[in-house]
Amino acid sequence: MSSVIIPEYEVTHSRPNAFNKSYERKGELKHATHYCPGCGHGNVHKMLAEAIDQLGIQDRTILISPVGCSVFAYYYFDVGNVQAAHGRAPAVATAMKRSRPESILISYQGDGDLTAIGAAEILHAANRGENITVIFVNNGIYSMTGGQVAPTTLVGQKSTTTPNGRSIENEGYPMRVCELLATLEAPVYIERVGLGDNKQIAQATRAIKRAVENQSKGLGFSLVEVLSPCPTIWKMSAVDAQHWVRGVMEKTYPLGVYCDKTKDAHPRTPHAPAPPLSELRKIMGITSEEISAPEVKQEIAADKKKVDLHVRVAGFGGQGVLLLGEILAEAGLDAGMQVSWLPSYGPEMRSGTSNCHVRISSESIDSPLVALPDVLIAMNEPSLRKFDASVRPGGWVLYNGDTFPGDCERKDVNVLALPFTNIALEIGDARAANMVMLGALLEIADALPQASIDAALNRLVKSKKWIELDERALQMGRELYHEACVGV
Amino acid sequence: MHKKQLMKGNEAVVRSAILAGCRGFYGYPITPASEITETAAELMPKVGGVFLQAESEVAAINMLYGASSAGVRVMTSSSGPGISLMQEGISYMAGAELPCVIADISRGGPGLGNLGSEQSDYHQVVKGGGNGSYRTIVLAPYSAQEMADLTAWAFELADKYRNPVFLLADGFVGQMMEPVEFTNAAVEPKVPDWAVAGTKESRGNLITSLHMDNDELEAHLKKLEAKYMQAEREEVRSESYFADDAEIVLVGYGIVARILKAVTVAARAAGINVGLLRPITLYPFPTKEFERLRKRAKVFVVVEMSNGQLIEDVRLAVNGARPVEFHNRQGGNVPTHDELMALVNRLAKKLAEDKLFTDAELHVKETLAKVAAEEERLAHV
Ligand SMILES: Cc1ncc(C[n+]2csc(CCOP(=O)(O)OP(=O)(O)O)c2C)c(N)n1
Ligand code: SF4
Repeated sequence: MSSVIIPEYEVTHSRPNAFNKSYERKGELKHATHYCPGCGHGNVHKMLAEAIDQLGIQDRTILISPVGCSVFAYYYFDVGNVQAAHGRAPAVATAMKRSRPESILISYQGDGDLTAIGAAEILHAANRGENITVIFVNNGIYSMTGGQVAPTTLVGQKSTTTPNGRSIENEGYPMRVCELLATLEAPVYIERVGLGDNKQIAQATRAIKRAVENQSKGLGFSLVEVLSPCPTIWKMSAVDAQHWVRGVMEKTYPLGVYCDKTKDAHPRTPHAPAPPLSELRKIMGITSEEISAPEVKQEIAADKKKVDLHVRVAGFGGQGVLLLGEILAEAGLDAGMQVSWLPSYGPEMRSGTSNCHVRISSESIDSPLVALPDVLIAMNEPSLRKFDASVRPGGWVLYNGDTFPGDCERKDVNVLALPFTNIALEIGDARAANMVMLGALLEIADALPQASIDAALNRLVKSKKWIELDERALQMGRELYHEACVGV
Repeated sequence: MHKKQLMKGNEAVVRSAILAGCRGFYGYPITPASEITETAAELMPKVGGVFLQAESEVAAINMLYGASSAGVRVMTSSSGPGISLMQEGISYMAGAELPCVIADISRGGPGLGNLGSEQSDYHQVVKGGGNGSYRTIVLAPYSAQEMADLTAWAFELADKYRNPVFLLADGFVGQMMEPVEFTNAAVEPKVPDWAVAGTKESRGNLITSLHMDNDELEAHLKKLEAKYMQAEREEVRSESYFADDAEIVLVGYGIVARILKAVTVAARAAGINVGLLRPITLYPFPTKEFERLRKRAKVFVVVEMSNGQLIEDVRLAVNGARPVEFHNRQGGNVPTHDELMALVNRLAKKLAEDKLFTDAELHVKETLAKVAAEEERLAHV
C-alpha cells in the first residue's frame, strides 16, 4: 500500500472478500473501479472492505451509497446494498438499523452530501445516537458535479462557483463536522483521519475498523471523517493531491479523536419480543366480542320510532363539549344505531372554543355535518350567537345562562335556558354542567335507553367518582326538562 | 351483536395498519394528521414495531425508504406542507420499487394555508409532485370505516405493485368518529425476497433508483409503466349511488361525497333525477365508470374543496361527451347542503328547458350564430 493508485492486478489478487470478484453491476470495465487514479474513495473502500472481513460481518453488513462520486459504491461491495437520495443516508440507515438490529449499517457519505444538503439528517442521527457507522469522505469540494464549492471548501480555495476563491463573507467558514458533532452527548466515537501519507493511512485504517467494530458491539454512533484527495477536481497530480491533504487541508481540519466514549458506552437494550398475532387486537384495544348485552337494547331501539337526530354542541374548551357529544354518540352506537361525531379542530380550538356535530340515526348516515340541528346545546353566549340561527324550526336550543339574550330569540324554536353551570356546582362540580345539559337533551330526543347511556358513561369516564357525579347530573337534567315543560 | 367501536378515522388507520403487518412508523407532526402519529407512537412499540418522530418530513420519508428496503411494511402520515417535503423520497421509492403507505390528511394551502379541511392536495398526490415518470396509487376514504378498510388494502397494493400507496383523506374524515369494525385478519410480517435485510440470503440484493445506461433506464420505466397499466386494469374502485339511471351525476370524494349523498337523497325526494359517482381510487381513476354513466347522464357536476383539480380527471373521462359543471368551496369551508340543492335545482331547470350544452355544442352554436349573422349582413349589402 505504498501508492494510492491501485493497479488492476491488486484488485483481483489481494481483494478483500467484502469486495465483489468482478464488478458486474458496473457494465463495461468490470475489473477497474470508476474512480480516478489517486482518488481517496478507492482507499477508503479498501479499508472498509478489510474491516468487514476482519470483523466477520459480511453477511450482516448493509452499505448505503450516497449521491456523489461514491454513488456507485454498490458496484464494489459484496454486502447488502442500498443507494440513497442526496444527503439522506443517515435517515435511511436509521430506519434500516432499527428495523433489523442485527445488521451492520454503514452510511458512506461525501462532504457535500453530509455537510450541506444532508446537514439535518447527520446531526439528528448523531444526536439520537443511532447505532450506525458513518464514513465521511471529505475532499472539500463537490466532485461529482464538477467542482462547486462545499461547506468544507477551504477559505480562498477556488471552485467553479467561487471563481475568486471561497470568501468568508459570502460562503462563511469551512464547516468542521467532527468538532460540531462532538458537542453532542450521544455519539460514542468521532475521529478525523487523513490519507496524506502512509502513517495517516495506517491510522485511517485503524479508525475505520474501530468505527465498524463499535457498532457490532452495539455501542452507538461512530463517525470517521477522512480527509481525502480528489486530484481530478483539484487539478493536481495524485502525489501533489496527497501532499495537499497533509500540508494544507489538515491545517483547517486537525486530525485526531474528537470523542471517545466507547469505554462507558452500554449496548442498547434490545427490543421487547413481538407479541403473538393473536394478541394484537387486545393490545390495540380492539373489542373482539360484543361490547355489551345488546339484544334487549336492540329491541328497545327497534320498537322505537325512526330516529334521525342532528345535534350541535358548542362552548368553551374545558366545558366538556366534545365529551358530551362523544357520550351521546357512544350511547347511540350501544343502542344499535348509526352514529357520527365530528369535532371542530385546529384553528377553532385555538380561540378556546370548541364544538361538535353528532348524528344518531336508525338509517345509515350520509353527511356527518350537522347543518340544521334538531337540538343545539350552547354552553356559552358566543356559541349561542354563532349557531342559534341554524336550528331547525321546531327544534330545541339548550342554553347555559340565566337569561336568554333578547336579540337571539326565535319564535319557531323551543328554548330551555338555565344556569346549568351553577346547577352542576350545587350537585358537586361545575364541570358536570355538560352532563346536566345532556340529561335534558336525552329527554327531548327520547331515543336512547338508559342502559346505553350507562354503558357509554362506563366506557368513556374513567373515574368512579365522576361516573356517580355524571349520573346525578344526567338525572338532574332530565328533571329540569320536565319541570320546564310543566311550566309551559 | 356488534363489534363496532366508536373511533376517529385517524386512530383506525394505525390499528388497521398494524393488523396488516405494518411494523414501522416514521413521521412528523402536523394538524390534522397528528392523531395518526400519536396513535402510532403509542401502539407500535407494543407490537414489536418501530416508531420514530423524524426531524422533518424529508427525513421521515427517507426512513420509510430505509425500513421498506429492509423489507418492513411501513407507513407515515402528514398533510399538505409535509407531503410537499416528502415528494423527493416518494419519487425515489417509486423508482426503487419500494412499497409504503402514506396517509395524507389534507388541509388548506398553498403554503401554510390554514388548518381547515381542503382537498387541494389532489394534484400533488394523484399526479405526483416528485420528479420522473412514476405514479402512486391513491385511495380516498370517506368514513372512519373506510379509513380502516382502505389502509389494509393500501398495504396489499403497496406490496403487490412494490410502489408507494396514498390514503388521501381530508381533515373531516380523519377527525370524525364513527363506528369502526376491523374485519381484516392479522397478517404475519415477512421479509420479501428482494429486501436488503442484513442476512446471508439477502446479501446480493440492491435497492436503487439509479440506472446510468439510457437503455437500461428506459427498460426500467417500461416495467414501471406496465405495473401502472396493470393497476388500471385490476384495481379501479368507485361507488355508484343512484347514479345508474341519473340524469344529473354528482361527482366527489371524501367528505364531499358524504354531503353529496344527502343531496342525492333530498333531490330524489324532490323528484329530480340525481345520482352520485364517488371515485374510491383516485389513481387509477374510474374512467370506465364515467364512460358507462355518460350514456344516460345529461350532465356531470364535480364538487370539490379545491380549485378545480378533480375536475380535470373528470373532464378527461367524460371526454367532451357531456357538459361538466363545477362547484367548489375552499379555505376550510365546506359545500353546504343548501347551496348544492340550489345548484341541482338550477341544473334540473336548465335540463328541462334543454339549455345545457357541452363545450363542443356551444362552439357549434356560436359558429352557426356567426354564420347566420354574416348571411344577414351580406343580405343587406
Ligand atoms: C437533490 C439533489 N441535488 C443536487 C444533486 C446533484 N449532485 C450530485 S453529487 C453532488 C455533490 C456531491 O458532492 P460530495 O458529497 O462532496 O461528494 P464527492 O462527489 O465530492 O465525492 C451534487 C450537488 C443531486 N443528485 N440531488
Ligand atoms: S472526481 Fe475526485 S472524488 Fe470523484 S472519482 Fe475523481 S478523484 Fe475521486
